[in-house]
This record gives sequence, structure tokens and C-alpha cells, in this order.
Amino acid sequence: MARAATTSDAFNAVAEPRRRQILDLLAGGERPVNDLVEEMRLDQPLVSKHLRVLREVGAVRVRDVGRQRLYRVDARALKPIADWLAGYEQLWTERFEALDEVLDDLKERQDGDRD
Amino acid sequence: METVTDRRASVTLPSDTEILITRQFDASPELVYRAYTTPELVSRWWVGQRGVMKSCEIDLRVGGKWRYVMEANAGFEVAFHGVYEEIVPDAKLVSSEVFEGMPDAESRSIITFDGTGAGGTLLRVLVGHATREHRDAHVASGMEDGLQEAMDALEGLLRPA
Repeated sequence: MARAATTSDAFNAVAEPRRRQILDLLAGGERPVNDLVEEMRLDQPLVSKHLRVLREVGAVRVRDVGRQRLYRVDARALKPIADWLAGYEQLWTERFEALDEVLDDLKERQDGDRD
Repeated sequence: METVTDRRASVTLPSDTEILITRQFDASPELVYRAYTTPELVSRWWVGQRGVMKSCEIDLRVGGKWRYVMEANAGFEVAFHGVYEEIVPDAKLVSSEVFEGMPDAESRSIITFDGTGAGGTLLRVLVGHATREHRDAHVASGMEDGLQEAMDALEGLLRPA
């Protein structure tokens, strides 16, 4: 598996549970860092550190509005991860569609036995 | 009421080392369990559209082994095997699982068959790996084009021309 051993790719950046929590919180909309600090009950420097890692891989963007820095998710950087999961999900979707057919046959057979 | 999303398998990553697959079925837990544990029936669904089942052996008892061999559409064979660790008929199966192409990455699956009100079943397959690397490789195995393509796409995003 070719993969950088650092946090320099989105896969590693979102592997950390706190960073996933940040992405979940930001998924609801733009927020200032203080909001995140409050919700996550973590020290601000730690939240800022996680935000920096997410910014480095492009998963989070920031803009200044007055005196506030607002953070938001940039879904484009997360798309490879979604695609990566989608392939696996598709395998199971195919399996389960075939399983539906097997179950239909079993149900028919059961109904036949009852007649 | 049926919705389209009910028909899709839902895949989530509840922790760094786990994969959770869930799906609703319009059949009783007893039937879903039977389709999951009878070799002739497993052979009809387990490969999806990705190949044909060459062999399916199931020794359904605690300590008993299972082994599935599939010939993929591309022509190569892939085999998986494991040992049943816990069996609750019509309700729960716990087993180890080894992809023979990556024998160090043994995982454990906890499969539960929960009856829903309307005579259906909520199937949950919780796959646990020892490490995140093994878990990630397992997920990547479901990608027809492989992880590399996703990594290439990511690199493209990170280094815009």
C-alpha cells in the first residue's frame, strides 16, 4: 500500500478521531475556532493544531470576517476518501442485491411448502 | 415504506480499525441466516457481480472452518477462510477471516441478524482489524480500480496545475 507516513494526505488527516469530529462539526456550516473549542471541550491550541493539519490537506478552509476566523469544510479534498469507500460499498450493494434474490426464492419455497 | 436508500449497503468506519456494513432485508432473520450459512446459497450472492464462486465450504460449528474461493471476472482466483468463534442460530455469527492473498491481515467479523417489526431483518456486519493499515487495505480491496487511483486523484487536488 503506497501511502505517505505523515499527515500530509487526507486519508491520514481524517484518521485522527478529533479531526473527524471537527469535520463533523463543520459539516453543519462555517464556525469560529471558539465554537469548536467549546463543543469539543479541548484546549484551544490542540484544536488549532488539528485545524492546521486539516488545512494542510485542503480539507478545511479559513476566511477572516472582521475579527473572527471562520473555518469550513472543503469537500473536494475529501472526495477521494468518499470514492475509496464507495467501491467497497458497491461490492456489498451487489452482494446484497443477489442475496435479495436468494431470499425471494427461499420465501417462495416456504410459501409453497405451506400450500 | 421502501426507499431506494434501504436497498444500498451502508458502509461506515466506526473506529480506526473497524468497518460496519448494514442493510435491511424483506425476509426473516431465519432466512437471512440460512442464506448466509448454506454453501449453495452463499455461492449465489457472495461474489456479487465480480466473478463466480469456485468453491464454498462451511463447517458451521464453533471451531469449524469456512473457505470461499472466487474466480474474479479478470481471471484470477481469490480465496478467503476463517474459523467460527460464536454461533447463535438465526441471530449471530462471529468468525475470523483471512484473505489468503494477505495472510497477516486477519480480521474478525461479528454478524448480527436482528428482526425488525415488519418481518424483515436488519443485518449488521462489523469487521474488526488489528491495525488501521489492514482495515484500509480491506476497504481498498473493494475498489475495482484500487486505492492508487484515489491517491492519484488526491495528489492532483493537492497540487493544482
